[in-house]
Amino acid sequence: MKRTRLFGIAALTTSALLCAGLTACAPPEKRSEGEQTQSGRSAAEATSADDFGGMDGLVDAAKKEGELNVIALPPDWANYGALIKAFSDKYGIKVNSAQPDAASQDEINAAKQQKGKSTAPDVFDLGQSVALANTAMFAPYKVATFNDIPAAYTDPDGKWVNDYGGYMSIGFDSTKVPPVADINDLLKPEYNGKVALNGDPTQAGAAFSGVLMVALSQGGSVEDIAPGVEFFRKLKEAGNFLPVDPTPATIESGQTPVVIDWNYLNAARTAKLPSWQVFVPSNAIVAGYYYQAINSDAPHPAAARLWQEFLYSDEGQNLYAAGGVRPVRADGMLRAGTIDKAVIDHIPVIDGPVSVPTPDQTEKATTYLTDNWAKAIG
Amino acid sequence: MAKRIREALPLLPFFALVTIFLIVPTVTVIFSAFFVDGAFSLSRIAALFSETALSALWKSVLLSASTAIIGALLGAVLAWLIVSSPPSSILRRAVISLCSVLAQFGGVALAFAFLATIGLNGVLTIWVQQHFGWNLAGSGWLYSLSGLILVYTYFQIPLMVIVFVPALEGLREQWREAAVSLGASTFQYWRQVAVPLLTPAFLGSVLLLFANAFAAYATAAALVSQGSPIVPLLIRAALTSEVVLGQSGFAYALALEMIVIVAIVMVAYNLLVRRTARWLQ
Repeated sequence: MKRTRLFGIAALTTSALLCAGLTACAPPEKRSEGEQTQSGRSAAEATSADDFGGMDGLVDAAKKEGELNVIALPPDWANYGALIKAFSDKYGIKVNSAQPDAASQDEINAAKQQKGKSTAPDVFDLGQSVALANTAMFAPYKVATFNDIPAAYTDPDGKWVNDYGGYMSIGFDSTKVPPVADINDLLKPEYNGKVALNGDPTQAGAAFSGVLMVALSQGGSVEDIAPGVEFFRKLKEAGNFLPVDPTPATIESGQTPVVIDWNYLNAARTAKLPSWQVFVPSNAIVAGYYYQAINSDAPHPAAARLWQEFLYSDEGQNLYAAGGVRPVRADGMLRAGTIDKAVIDHIPVIDGPVSVPTPDQTEKATTYLTDNWAKAIG
Repeated sequence: MAKRIREALPLLPFFALVTIFLIVPTVTVIFSAFFVDGAFSLSRIAALFSETALSALWKSVLLSASTAIIGALLGAVLAWLIVSSPPSSILRRAVISLCSVLAQFGGVALAFAFLATIGLNGVLTIWVQQHFGWNLAGSGWLYSLSGLILVYTYFQIPLMVIVFVPALEGLREQWREAAVSLGASTFQYWRQVAVPLLTPAFLGSVLLLFANAFAAYATAAALVSQGSPIVPLLIRAALTSEVVLGQSGFAYALALEMIVIVAIVMVAYNLLVRRTARWLQ
């Protein structure tokens, strides 16, 4: 542990220098252990609202903390802008949203680097592989609606719970290209230089799922991603593959007329570009869910838990759905009729088998991609 | 002694900044490249000799060297044209101001400007396609190393102008007059007086441009989305990949590799600048 000590000293010297020189530097605060709850546990150890003596107790404890640190939640992604505002207005808790455009791994890095400071993230919203690799950093907590969530979408101890998901889709600008009705259409000359993928599949989760979707349509499976890579090789050979990272700016300016991405991200573009349409191929449905978890070193442990209760309440789930994603309790809420009529239309209707790769299958596919992707599109 | 301390005092904030933003990160990188979980190990350095890492290094050097040479040649000619006009000329002042701006105009904005102009769906590409039937964007050359060379050259030329104009201005008119009065022709003056004087400054500028391109990141990140052809992009992939995890050690090793190369270049640059300083004050 010599290394930690050395860097501890370096970091101390650094922050001392910084604080001496710059007033803008927030001093590292000692992490509050939280108020003692009614059950005698500290807020950081509470595993359900009961430990606070029920929801009212939790709300009081969270209000006392007064702040919540979230990270990597873009306002236009899964309706997080509205979720944060609704939470803040309802409970009078200030939400500090750091690095909204950061990636999943950045969330974990931030939690490690700012451990013990008042600015560390309280909660995470992570992609599958990053979430499952870091469960040691999560605090187990079961929300009131925990038992309404299908078991496949939760950790048995409540260390993580899937919050929302979506399907891989093809978005296209109907004024620039003919409508896409099948994945094989993309090889046609009308799509020359127009088909973009959201990132590099060896780096971005969305692109990885995109290649998997194409693989399913070409006779592959969650066990065999090779046909997907082969399809992109043909796409590149035909001159149809467009190696540009699509962003709202490239889509609105027409630089990326066809984009393979999550359906909720593609659907969000339609607001600014009405001719932007979204197609989910019924023969190749790939679903992906995000993972919600509480940082075990959260500076605001009660607020972090209240945020979870809010996200998985009917109100929070309806707000997610309004952002075009599929909230994890969607099926149950549809049955119970608690889902808002207005948002039902936003949830894509899917018929056909849905594929969600397991961590093992993901790892196998990743190994194949690492070895073959660059060769196929290089 | 007390006087010395008093004189050094205003420099303290500077030293603090250098410590925080240069020394601490450099030491962290060097340390982390060699120590895995507190134990000395060469495994991270060994990863630098994998096919991916070597290919990225080769392409980084190729990109930096070619844009440094192209930028330096074109920039030197432009600088010479600028210096030929009188110092009060509006054109001269305008061009120098423009160069100061363009030298910093890298990054996402520049990459997007090129994408939107001559990319596969760029304005100019589509216009030329409609009117002449040529395909400017070809097979997507803009999104690979060839595209990076073009885009980098765009900010290398103005940087060359900025660093080379002072060297050209240092050439004294008297030296030319002296050469002419001794019977030298214009060609002889250039070959035997001006070029030898300017060579160290020129080579120094080439090295500066090399380092500038070698460390550039944002432009490439915005332009190249598939694969990681150059070292800065490979570092990004190792640090932020959501799919392949646990490569931050590799990123440290790559960062160390970049520090070593830039350090070599900067030492060479300093030697050349010292030679130039003897003549051109």
